[in-house]
Amino acid sequence: MRYIPNADADRHAMLRQIGRSSIDELFADIPPSVTDAHRPLDLPPKSELEVFGELSRLAEANTASGRVPLLGGGVYDHYIPRAVHHIASRSEFYTAYTPYQPEISQGTLTVMFEFQTMIAELTGMEIANASMYDGATALAEAVLMAERIRKRGRVAVAANLFSHDRRVVETYAWAAGVELVDVPFTPTGRCDLARIPEDISAFVVQSPNAFGVIEALDGLKACLGDALLIAATYPLALGILEPPGAFGADIVVGEGQCLGLPMGYGGPLLGLFATRKEHLRQLPGRVAGRTMDADGRIGYTMTAQTREQHIRREKATSNICTNAAHCALTATVYLASIGAGGLRQVALLNLEKAHYLATRIAKLKDYSLVFDGPFFNEFVVRPSGGNADAVRERLEAGGFLVESPRAMADLGVPNALRLAVTERRTQAELDRVVDILGGKR
Amino acid sequence: MRTIFERGAAEAADGIFPACDVPVKEAAAWLGADLIRSKPPRIPNTSETTVVRHYTRLCKLNYGVDDGIYPLGSCTMKYNPKVNEDTSALPGFADVHPATDERYVQGSLKLLYELTRLLQGVAGLPAVTLQPVAGAHGELTGMFLFRKYFESRGESRRTRVLLPDSAHGTNPASAAVAGFSVTEIASNARGTVDLDALRAQLDDTVAGIMLTVPNTLGIFEEDILEVTRAVHEAGGLCYFDGANLNSFIGRARPGDMGADVFHFNLHKTLSTPHGGGGPGAGAVAVSEPLVDFLPVPRVVKRRDRYALDWDFPESIGSVHSFFGNVLVAIKAYTYLLQLGDEGLRAVSDNAVLNANYLQERLKRTYALPYDRLCKHEFVLSSEGLAKGVTTLDVAKRLIDYGIHPPTVYFPLIVHEALMIEPTETESRETLDRFAEILERIAAEAREHPELLHEAPTRAPVRRLDQTAAARNPVFTFPFEADLV
Ligand SMILES: Cc1ncc(COP(=O)(O)O)c(C=O)c1O
Repeated sequence: MRYIPNADADRHAMLRQIGRSSIDELFADIPPSVTDAHRPLDLPPKSELEVFGELSRLAEANTASGRVPLLGGGVYDHYIPRAVHHIASRSEFYTAYTPYQPEISQGTLTVMFEFQTMIAELTGMEIANASMYDGATALAEAVLMAERIRKRGRVAVAANLFSHDRRVVETYAWAAGVELVDVPFTPTGRCDLARIPEDISAFVVQSPNAFGVIEALDGLKACLGDALLIAATYPLALGILEPPGAFGADIVVGEGQCLGLPMGYGGPLLGLFATRKEHLRQLPGRVAGRTMDADGRIGYTMTAQTREQHIRREKATSNICTNAAHCALTATVYLASIGAGGLRQVALLNLEKAHYLATRIAKLKDYSLVFDGPFFNEFVVRPSGGNADAVRERLEAGGFLVESPRAMADLGVPNALRLAVTERRTQAELDRVVDILGGKR
Repeated sequence: MRTIFERGAAEAADGIFPACDVPVKEAAAWLGADLIRSKPPRIPNTSETTVVRHYTRLCKLNYGVDDGIYPLGSCTMKYNPKVNEDTSALPGFADVHPATDERYVQGSLKLLYELTRLLQGVAGLPAVTLQPVAGAHGELTGMFLFRKYFESRGESRRTRVLLPDSAHGTNPASAAVAGFSVTEIASNARGTVDLDALRAQLDDTVAGIMLTVPNTLGIFEEDILEVTRAVHEAGGLCYFDGANLNSFIGRARPGDMGADVFHFNLHKTLSTPHGGGGPGAGAVAVSEPLVDFLPVPRVVKRRDRYALDWDFPESIGSVHSFFGNVLVAIKAYTYLLQLGDEGLRAVSDNAVLNANYLQERLKRTYALPYDRLCKHEFVLSSEGLAKGVTTLDVAKRLIDYGIHPPTVYFPLIVHEALMIEPTETESRETLDRFAEILERIAAEAREHPELLHEAPTRAPVRRLDQTAAARNPVFTFPFEADLV
């Protein structure tokens, strides 16, 4: 086994040196009834050549990868500059542990510090942590954090949240005994701010929301009293959109997959978490801070750890330990590669292309856009005559991938398809979508 | 350490994205001026040369498993096979959207299904979820399962979770996030759970116990069967933290020890890299009474098709956006297929042999508070090494010798703890050299303690001022414009 360097001769010598006659002796402390009950997996070892072949065949069985995705809803088909892969593949980065020993982890720590800065800049907030597992758990932790701060036992949640975010928030809130109250949406696709209840610890809004519609955050904070405003966001859109921080948000979370991570069938993802300095003591997760070494040189270290589980145990602000550090590194390198200029450019490409498709579809006789609020790069289309499933089938037969209408139906929008358009879609592809919808073959 | 914010800034970064090929309007014309960003984010526009050189310089300030032994106790920093990186990056796996119709992702679904089955076999338990994405996330999922189980039985009075004092901090934190209170159980003089102390706590307010097996001292609880039996008899459930599975994989199964919930750390035992702090994967295996409560969706096989099944009305719900860290799962699956049964057993054989070999040698120089057979790791103490010398000093001096230090100051029940886990992927030669350096440091501690106090002197930076970092928090780059 080439991942185990020692040979039989080494093992014998080592056993002799520690006065043992066999390896079995080293396991004498496990009750024999337990070891007797052990059953192998019936899995013969295989060579790397065979295993690589087997995995390649499985990858090929994913016939999705030859198709054109119009799928969105939190994870998107964005282009990743090749240099990002090359840097992220440096094993000095990916084979390191959490930087408990800062003096030999300055690479990881400097990147964490850069990441926190970029996320604070993007979201318009004062501080950001070093990452959460994904956007959904970041949002769930934001709800728990707001509840720790305001302690009212109730949090209002916009009904147009991505379903996967909503599901995870529900699980965490159930266990924490926090009641979730729905805030419905209007025909614009935006949530109905007049329906936010009183006596809540926080209000959760997502922008762009599950319909792709950008919420009106201006003035929202002022109508919440002292309840916290939690905003879930799409960081790539912030290349052109005013960030939640500019509207007084208290906590901003988001899914960072769009910042240079492959879709990966939904994981690993990257949870973003930003807030204001006054809430530092309630922040979950790791943070890197800037400091000096014994010679007065600038260096970075994990800090504010008195919030964390290894020190505070059951009183910690979160149980999170390992997070999504390497995804955060990838996002940092992505943002550094494209810069603020490239981020604006890619956001505009998404916006323009999505509007091109939406405008053309809306002109077709049998289709309409379900919502009239402003949108970023995805929108919801309804075919007249109740046949969204059949329309999806036609698009799939034409080589596209489209989400099941069930996704929108689950949000109370029956017979509708959500279509996402990224910078990777070409005019030819989009025209083809219109042709298929319009009945051309 | 210069940051990216101090480089480039006004260089040319264009050329990655094309010009727009559809007719364009101004963004404000689509959205209205109110929604448009008024101030660009301060992310520099930097040429590819500058970006690549900046991060290449940074990566060289790091120490990874590819650099040498990484004996962090409890972290199982074994070598990460390169083939894992390549299989998980195959475009067929990497470029798939989670909302893709099942018929187009049969490869990923089959892999997840097969990995689930293998992990069930390793755990000796009937069902597994791959949704949790880290060890602590697995713990939390397990605690949610505890809660749901007792809710379903009308036993919501069971609000206490018992924890040995040697437990990892995530254990009590996970129990608390799931709404449980924590009762600590003292360890006995042998470093294991004190059965009498345990029995004294067992009543109908106890939801169960969280155990690390072997425990964080690297010691196998010989009374494990008595412990789990006592908890079950009192109506409670047993959670096993599987961070230490490397010590018995292929030889014993938590299901045969009485575990009701067991979490794997794929990013430890199954060789997926740690990534400098994630992404990990924390698959959870459960016993029969908990199967219905597992997170949705679950990957199922219907005749020869694989599918996602949402129809489990008793489920705790979801704990992740989608199906967990699928690309990490692919690395673990690649590893399992290569090793097979034989390889898995070789892992624990060698992990435990390496640890005992080092323990026997190092206990002559360092205090070993629990001097007994260990499993994959052991805990030394720097106490009594030399006056005024701490474990932190020893750790920092190791850095000067080009070696990553062990875990320090954990578990909390050992003073000045040095927790050493060599793993099976280190050779006898590497272990000898590591031991020799620790012995040399012990001699230095007596003869030249200043070498330890001042260490490291050969790292990219000297010892960093933690107090200043905490007292004067700087979490973002101080842009000049903000300083005035
Ligand atoms: C014993 C033990 N339990 C739990 C954890 C938490 O695992 P993770 O960091 O993957 O969340 C760790 C690792 O840090 C550990 O060593």
